[in-house]
Amino acid sequence: MEVLTFLIPVSLGLGCLGLLAFWWTLRSDQYDDPEGDSARILRDDYDDHPAD
Amino acid sequence: MSVTDAHMRMSACPGCDATSLATSRAAGKAQAGDQEIALSLPSMHCAACISTVERGLLDIDGVSSVRVNLTRKRAVVHARNDVSDDMLTEALARLGYDAQPLDQATLSADQSDNAARDILMRLGVSGFAMMNVMLLSVAIWSGASDATRDLFHWISAAIALPTIIFAAKPFYVNAWKALRVARLNMDVPITLAIFLAAGMSLFEVAHSGEHAYFDAALSLCFFLLAGRYLDQRTRTIARSAATELAALEAPTALLLRDGKPDTVALDTLAVGDTVLVRPGARMPIDGEIVDGDSELDRAFLTGESDPIAVRLGDQVRAGEINLTGPLHVRVTAVGKDTFLHALADLIAIAENSKSKYNSLADRAAAIYAPAVHLLAFAAFLMWMYLTGGDLRFSLNIAVATLIITCPCALGLAVPAVSTVASGALFRKGLLVKHATALERLAEVTAVVFDKTGTLTIGQPRLLHPDAIAPSDMAVAAALARSSAHPRSKAIAQAAAEMDLPEVTLTDVKEQAGHGISGQWNGQTVALGRADWVGGKSDGTQLRVGDQTPIALEFEDTLRTGVAELLELLKDRGLPITLLSGDTADNVKHFAAPLGLTDWRAGILPDDKATILKQMTADGDKVLMVGDGLNDTAAMALAHVSIAPASALDATRVAADMVLVAPDVSQIADGLRIAKSARRRILENFGIAACYNAIAVPIAFFGFATPLAAAIAMSSSSIIVSLNALRTR
Repeated sequence: MEVLTFLIPVSLGLGCLGLLAFWWTLRSDQYDDPEGDSARILRDDYDDHPAD
Repeated sequence: MSVTDAHMRMSACPGCDATSLATSRAAGKAQAGDQEIALSLPSMHCAACISTVERGLLDIDGVSSVRVNLTRKRAVVHARNDVSDDMLTEALARLGYDAQPLDQATLSADQSDNAARDILMRLGVSGFAMMNVMLLSVAIWSGASDATRDLFHWISAAIALPTIIFAAKPFYVNAWKALRVARLNMDVPITLAIFLAAGMSLFEVAHSGEHAYFDAALSLCFFLLAGRYLDQRTRTIARSAATELAALEAPTALLLRDGKPDTVALDTLAVGDTVLVRPGARMPIDGEIVDGDSELDRAFLTGESDPIAVRLGDQVRAGEINLTGPLHVRVTAVGKDTFLHALADLIAIAENSKSKYNSLADRAAAIYAPAVHLLAFAAFLMWMYLTGGDLRFSLNIAVATLIITCPCALGLAVPAVSTVASGALFRKGLLVKHATALERLAEVTAVVFDKTGTLTIGQPRLLHPDAIAPSDMAVAAALARSSAHPRSKAIAQAAAEMDLPEVTLTDVKEQAGHGISGQWNGQTVALGRADWVGGKSDGTQLRVGDQTPIALEFEDTLRTGVAELLELLKDRGLPITLLSGDTADNVKHFAAPLGLTDWRAGILPDDKATILKQMTADGDKVLMVGDGLNDTAAMALAHVSIAPASALDATRVAADMVLVAPDVSQIADGLRIAKSARRRILENFGIAACYNAIAVPIAFFGFATPLAAAIAMSSSSIIVSLNALRTR
C-alpha cells in the first residue's frame, strides 16, 4: 500500500492542475461566447497557414 | 419604430455569401492609448459573419483588434482615438451589416455578468472537490478499512472543508439573510444540511467512524450551484440584451452655443440652455420652443397616431419625436425632473407588486423547508428514544435524513426548465427579463393590447392611392419626395408602386409644420395641412392650382404577424381587448378588418390603468402588451407585460418581457412555451416528491449509507434535468 503515498498526491496534483486550467479559462473570458466559439472552429482561416 | 426593429427585419446574412477567405489574425493586442468601442450587430448569425466583420473592421486604419461575440451579437473594437464610431458603422454598412454603437457606460453598469462568473468559479471548485472526494469514497465503499479508511477520510476532510466554506457561500449568505428577518427559505435547509453533514463527518472521522458524508455535502453543493448558475445565466443573457437596447440610445443633445450646435452629454445640460432638435430626433429634455415650427409625434404619450403641429412658445416633453422642421428649445427641465422620469415612480410600483408574486419554487420551498427540518428532528428524537440516548448515532441518522431529502432535484427542477424555456424564447426574439415572468405568462386569462406602436409600427400608409387621379398623384409624389415627414414618405412609397406620369416641379419649398409647396405648369401646387393649403376640415390635403383640395387619408402600418397572433389567441380562447389613445375613427378602421370587437378609443393613460384594475378585480390575469408611456401604468398593474423593442426605455424597464423580433405572433409562441414550462416544473416537483417518498423512509429508519445518498442524489438530479429538456 506504500504506493498510495505517491498516487494520492499525484491524483490530487492532477486535479489541481485541472482546477487551475479551469480558473484560467474563466479568467480569460472563454465562456462568454459559446455560440461564436462553436462557429469559429469551422472557419478555414488557419487551414492553409498554421498559426504564426 | 426604432433602429432595432429595422435591424431585426434583416434576417438574411450578407456574410454567408463570402467565400474567398483571406487569412488575417482576428485578434491583435490592444495598445496603450486605445479606445474601446462596442457595436451592436443584430443581423450577424454565422461563422462567415464573424470572419467578414472582424476582417472588415481590421482593414480600417487605426483599428488594432476586433472581437466579435456571436452570442450577444456584439463586436468590441480597440482602436486609436482618432477612429470614430461612424467610420466603423460605415465600413460595416458597406459589408452589408447594420451596426449601432453602444454606450459603454450603460453596458458596464450591468454587473450581472460578474455574478454568473462568480457562481461558475464556485461550481468549478466544488466539482473538482466532489470528484476527488468521490474517488476516495469509492475506495472506502469497496472495502478500505482501519488506517487506510481513516487516512482517506482525513484527506477527504482536507479537501471538503475549505471547498464548502468557499463554494457554499451563496447558500449560507442567503440563508442568513432570511433567518435574520425570521423567515425560512430554500437556502436554510441547504445550508443546514451541508454544514451539519460536514461537521458530523469531521466528528466521525476524528473518532475513526465508519461513515463520512463529505462526498454527499460536496455533491449537494455542486448540483445546487449548477441550478443557481443556470438561473443566473438565463437572466444575464436576457438582461444584457435588454441593457443593450438602452445602450443604443446614446444620451446626447445638441447644445446651441452662439448659434452653433455642439454635441454634449445629456447630463451636462442645465435649465435655461437652448438645444437644437433636428427632424427625426427625440426631445432630450422638457422645454419650450423658442424658434421654429414643426410637427411632433406624441404617440408614446397619448397613443394618438396623428402628428401634432407646434410653434413658437409651445411646450415640448422629453421623448416626443420632432418630425418636420428643426426646433430650438429652451430647457425647462432636465434628467430626473422631466415628465419622462416622473413615470419612474410607476415603474417602482410595478417592480414592487411583481416581487410579491409567489413563484412555484417559493411555494414549494414554503412547504418543503419546514417539513425537512421537522422530519430530521423527528428522526433524531425517535432514535434518541430507541437507542436510549445515543447522541452520536441519532445525530448521524438526522444528518442522513437532511442530506437525502435535500432539494437537489427541487433546486434544479425550476432553473433547468426556465433555462430551456428562456433559451427557446430568446431564439424566438422574446427576452424574459423578470424571474417569475414565465410562470405568470402561463396563467394569463385575458390579453390587452395597445394599438399605436404595438400592433402597428407607428408609420403611416397612404389609403386608396388608386382613387387619386394619376396626374395629381404624380404631383403629390414629387412634392412628397422633398420632405422627410412620415406622411410624405408614405406618399412617395405608394407612388413608387404605381405607374405615374413624369412631372417636373420648380421652386419646391417646405414650410416646417405646414407642408410643401412648388410650381407646376405655371400653377401653384401644395401638399400639407388642410388649413394651410386652403381646404376645409383637417388632415393632409393636396391642392393643384385653383382646384378643390384633395384629401389624402392615411392609416398606420400593421406589424408583421398581427393577424396570426390574434387568430392564435382566439384559438386559445383568450378574450382580447384593444385600448388606444387614438381617435375612434382610426381605431375602428384598424379593428374591423382584424375582427376585433372589444376596443376602446380615446383612452387616457389613467383610464388604461383603471380598466386594468377593474379587470384584475374581476379575477382576470391580464397580459398587457404596450409600448408607450401611456401604457406604463397599465403594464405595472397587469399580471404580466410585454413591450416591443421599439418601446421607450422607461416602458421596456417596466415590462416583464421585451419582444425584439419584428413578428408579434411570437407572443403566442411565448404563451405556449410558458405553459409547457409550467407543466414541466410541476412534473419535476412530482418526480422530486416520488424520490423523497422512497428515500425518506430509508434514511429515517437508519438504512441510508453515504453510497445510497450519492446514488439517490445524482439520479434524481439527472432525471429532472432530462425532463426539463422536454420543454418546447
